[in-house]
Amino acid sequence: MKLVVIAGPPSAGKTSLIKQIVKRFKDEITIAFLKIDVVKAFEDIELKKEFGILTKKVYSGDLCPDHAGVMVLGDAVAWAEKSAADLLIVESAGLCLRCSPYLNQGLGIIVLSSISGIHVPEKMGAMVSLADVAVITKIDLVSQAEREVLIQKIKEVHTGIILMETNALQGNSLHRLYKLIKNSPDIDKDNLFLKGNPPLGTCTICVGKKEVGWKHHFGVVQKLDGPFAEYLYRGE
Amino acid sequence: MIKEITIFPGIDKNGFKEKFTYIKLKAGETVSIVGPTGSGKTAFITDIELLAQGDTSTKRRVIINGEIPTDEIRYNPSMKPIVMITQNTKCFADLTTEEFLQIHARARKIYDQKVIQATIDLANTFTGEKIKRDTRVTVLSGGQTRSLLIADAILIGAAPVILLDEIENAGIFKQEVVSLIHNTGKIVIFVTHDPVIALLTKTRIIMENGAVKNILYQNEPEIKVAQNLLELDKKIGHVREELRAGKAITYDFLSVNFA
Ligand SMILES: Nc1ncnc2c1ncn2[C@@H]1O[C@H](COP(=O)(O)OP(=O)(O)OP(=O)(O)O)[C@@H](O)[C@H]1O
Ligand SMILES: Nc1nc2c(ncn2[C@@H]2O[C@H](COP(=O)(O)OP(=O)(O)O)[C@@H](O)[C@H]2O)c(=O)[nH]1
Ligand SMILES: [Mg+2]
Ligand SMILES: [Mg+2]
Ligand SMILES: [Zn+2]
Ligand SMILES: [Zn+2]
Repeated sequence: MKLVVIAGPPSAGKTSLIKQIVKRFKDEITIAFLKIDVVKAFEDIELKKEFGILTKKVYSGDLCPDHAGVMVLGDAVAWAEKSAADLLIVESAGLCLRCSPYLNQGLGIIVLSSISGIHVPEKMGAMVSLADVAVITKIDLVSQAEREVLIQKIKEVHTGIILMETNALQGNSLHRLYKLIKNSPDIDKDNLFLKGNPPLGTCTICVGKKEVGWKHHFGVVQKLDGPFAEYLYRGE
Repeated sequence: MIKEITIFPGIDKNGFKEKFTYIKLKAGETVSIVGPTGSGKTAFITDIELLAQGDTSTKRRVIINGEIPTDEIRYNPSMKPIVMITQNTKCFADLTTEEFLQIHARARKIYDQKVIQATIDLANTFTGEKIKRDTRVTVLSGGQTRSLLIADAILIGAAPVILLDEIENAGIFKQEVVSLIHNTGKIVIFVTHDPVIALLTKTRIIMENGAVKNILYQNEPEIKVAQNLLELDKKIGHVREELRAGKAITYDFLSVNFA
């Protein structure tokens, strides 16, 4: 079974892109889809209705959605394999800019919209830098020059990434992506690891303590202007 | 160097095959794409811009100099032999005009910094309100954005194929744009509702229902009519500029012969 993990900020066009991928492959192979979101998601219902593929969703609630992904992905892979799926597509919530949902196997795709602003690729950290492929959507809404400016910017920040552009509503020029998916090797489910580093432990904010100000907290905390390093771990 | 591009038929909005065998456009040729709103004009030039290989909604294929373009040509802006001015008149990048042009010049592998000022100067010949180096592209007006993008296409894109989508609607000086890119040895394709631009091109492609319906070539009477319309258009342009400048129109303009 092949694995494709798709990340990107809300409304970037992740689901639209997934629909194009499903449309392209659904007559050849069995596809399973997992949506991870924080509070509400409808993608599973939508994709099941439109294409009749296997779908599932999970809400991460108070947990970082990418952490939730790590927790449930083992089950998801087992579920998809039991259902004889040839391709498992995971759509992440795309909210945690600290973490990234990509694994050491399969294809990691970041979806970015052309109208989300020129500095977004720099701000998004691991979600972009650890992806194998970046798909720029909504190119129908901007000028060619602006598309090229955005591409140049991403290339300068993330030199190794494979870049492509599309109008995700029509699936323009995605042959190259389909080829990458087709050629990606089957995963070995006993050797799946998170590509990025998980956050340093948890902190008192993570476990729900609401007091404001670093003095009230320990774990991973940081003063706004302080003599500390950029990142600080306070153990007690 | 591009000697010709060839477009192979796709399907119309109902899925029926287009009726032409292929359309071959040669360097130096000017083409207009005409047809009702929604007939697929923008889709047609977008296929050329993306060098479609059956992977767009129209299923057309486009080849260059008789060969299928490589991935490098399709996906690397610095190799791309095509520039396109889209119907969009908005920039979303939070950059100054200068930064925007600098990054685009890098994308197109142009390193001579003189091109930045030259592009802004050229843009300012197409538009009324001047663009400055430090103007943020997000605050440019529709006409200013178009002017900047056209100048950028000519000097930074500097490609042998230019695609222009309805430049007449942006309130810019279209005659200057048209005369500037005519006779440059480039393949120039105008999507247009403007009779003057349509009549000035050698080839006219007529669109309907997402498909090429017919291809016409400029005839003798059309060249004459185009000359007439051009005169008329200049006069209308003159009155328009007076009005824009806030002036009152006097009897002097009556000498204008609208017949
Ligand atoms: N051959 C086709 N098959 C399927 N869809 C098509 C085809 N050609 C065009 N379309 C779709 O039809 C819609 C209208 O087409 P397009 O934007 O190209 O029209 P247009 O002629 O440029 O109109 P306007 O004059 O308003 O700009 C678009 O969504 C486009 O993707
Ligand atoms: N014009 C245009 N709209 C798009 C494109 N891709 C997505 N959209 C629209 O953007 C919105 C969000 O897309 P969706 O796929 O749900 O984004 P997600 O939140 O990342 O899954 C929807 O209204 C889509 O129809 C595109 O390429 N062009
Ligand atoms: Mg979605
Ligand atoms: Mg159009
Ligand atoms: Zn996280
Ligand atoms: Zn925390």
